[in-house]
Amino acid sequence: MRQQFCDALVARSTNPSMLFLTGDLGFMALEPLKRAMGERFINAGVAEQNMISVSAALAREGFEVWAYSIAPFCYARPFEQVRNDIAFHALPVKLVGNGGGYGYGVMGPTHHAIEDYGVLLCLPNMSVYVPVFDEDLAAVVGRAGETKRASYLRLGRGEKPKGFAVPDYAPWRQLSQGRGPVVIAVGPLAGTYIEPFEQLSPDRRPNLWAVAELPIDQNPLPGALLAQIAKAPGLCVAEEHVRRGSFGAELALYIVEQGIGIRKFRHLFARAHHFDRYGSQGFLRRMAALDADSMLAAVSEM
Amino acid sequence: MPIMNKDGQLTAQDFVAARKRLLKMHFESGVGHIGGNLSALDALMVVFHEHLREGDKFILSKGHSAGALYTTLWSVGRLKDEDLKLFHKDDTLLAGHPPPRGIDDIQFATGSLGHGLSLAAGTALALKFKRSEARVICLTSDGEWQEGSTWEALIFACHHRLENLTVMVDHNNLQGFGSTAEIASMSPLWEKLRGFEVDVDVIDGHDAGAIRSSLEGRGGRLRIVVMRTVKGRGVSFMENRMEWHYLPLKEEQFRAAMAELEAR
Repeated sequence: MRQQFCDALVARSTNPSMLFLTGDLGFMALEPLKRAMGERFINAGVAEQNMISVSAALAREGFEVWAYSIAPFCYARPFEQVRNDIAFHALPVKLVGNGGGYGYGVMGPTHHAIEDYGVLLCLPNMSVYVPVFDEDLAAVVGRAGETKRASYLRLGRGEKPKGFAVPDYAPWRQLSQGRGPVVIAVGPLAGTYIEPFEQLSPDRRPNLWAVAELPIDQNPLPGALLAQIAKAPGLCVAEEHVRRGSFGAELALYIVEQGIGIRKFRHLFARAHHFDRYGSQGFLRRMAALDADSMLAAVSEM
Repeated sequence: MPIMNKDGQLTAQDFVAARKRLLKMHFESGVGHIGGNLSALDALMVVFHEHLREGDKFILSKGHSAGALYTTLWSVGRLKDEDLKLFHKDDTLLAGHPPPRGIDDIQFATGSLGHGLSLAAGTALALKFKRSEARVICLTSDGEWQEGSTWEALIFACHHRLENLTVMVDHNNLQGFGSTAEIASMSPLWEKLRGFEVDVDVIDGHDAGAIRSSLEGRGGRLRIVVMRTVKGRGVSFMENRMEWHYLPLKEEQFRAAMAELEAR
């Protein structure tokens, strides 16, 4: 998604009040943006706490500020700067974390971001964008760029099946249809379930939805999805995020508060860093039971 | 309101009046942090009464000196007596550390140390992008230089040649649970700072003339004014005593302090 993110920002950079800060990252990806923005592209160095506070101050002076790093380095390292300097002041800084979830795979747990949006959504004035497909980036950059709230973009790797026609961007999109359970997946993970679900008969095939914006109170469930949940044999939520602070936990609370009856509820989520071995994003998804086979097993029991 | 002399400078009585109002506010609210407020007060008075111009920004990085900032804002007519009476009480604007909104002169909520210099650097960079002539003043504590983020900010400010930024250091030698020398000595701090491409002044932080001169110095580089100050300055039983980082005044202490100031 970095390529599409860069393209979208290059297009947006004609706005002279836009500033881009990076924590010394972007090699082989953001060079076009650097060329397009000139002095407004600021390499803030390996100093993320300072980068976030500087971003807050620039935003307070009216600039549109994007602050970029590998995902954990833009929310975990400088969390207090995000909280005190951005969120408390309701400043619309756009934090961009590359490689959300297990995106950095075998690079190891220091580079994983599996508690990112849960942590950030504890803060006031925060919105989260988790684009599903590479094709979403133009729209997501536009929406994050225009919002008056602080925002966090979790960039991953788009996993569109070959030949799949990506529907126009929307915070909620239905990606497969059937008469089976409802499955909601956060961000790119949704793309990994499309093809396996298409192999199922319509009677067993889930209604697969992708959600790309959080939290729920800013992005309520569409009526069609609520109707499907009410009738379905079960609801399964999948996300590359730990359970505490997760979308699944928030959704379960929402369903209870709304008085929506569901027959079964399953939650597939990222496991904390308990593995003895490391590997690719795909390997870690299997270890966490987030892969397509684990999903098929989960929905077959509903 | 301050008396000011014919040159528009604060008089000795103005500094005494500010000290008395600060002590009264802290006493009436039962609030401590008095020592570090008294060490910073003279600098804040000079900055706000004599130095800041329209558009200039001030950031109090040592947010625990909010009392000195509020008293100074009262002194320049930006806060009312009624505001100070609510200091630290329920339903007040004047929290124990500067709030994020509600007071135009306060740019940022501070109180967690190590944020202010980055916020000041970002503000100074923004003003440069705007081709503004406005200046930024940031007041840090001395213990705050133990925060890594403060050094991140200094590196950034030097690299971006933020000559529109002045950093003042309230170097009172005492921090939360001991002296800076015995906890994490960088003594002398100014020698470390001189390793950067900055202009460093070391002055008496209770000498208004020295503060004034240092602030007006224009070397074309980021300026750091290390102010040698006395924690609890002006009240003899508080001076250079660590416990006044925390303690509120008892009634007899308040009366003794006011009597001492009135005798000056």
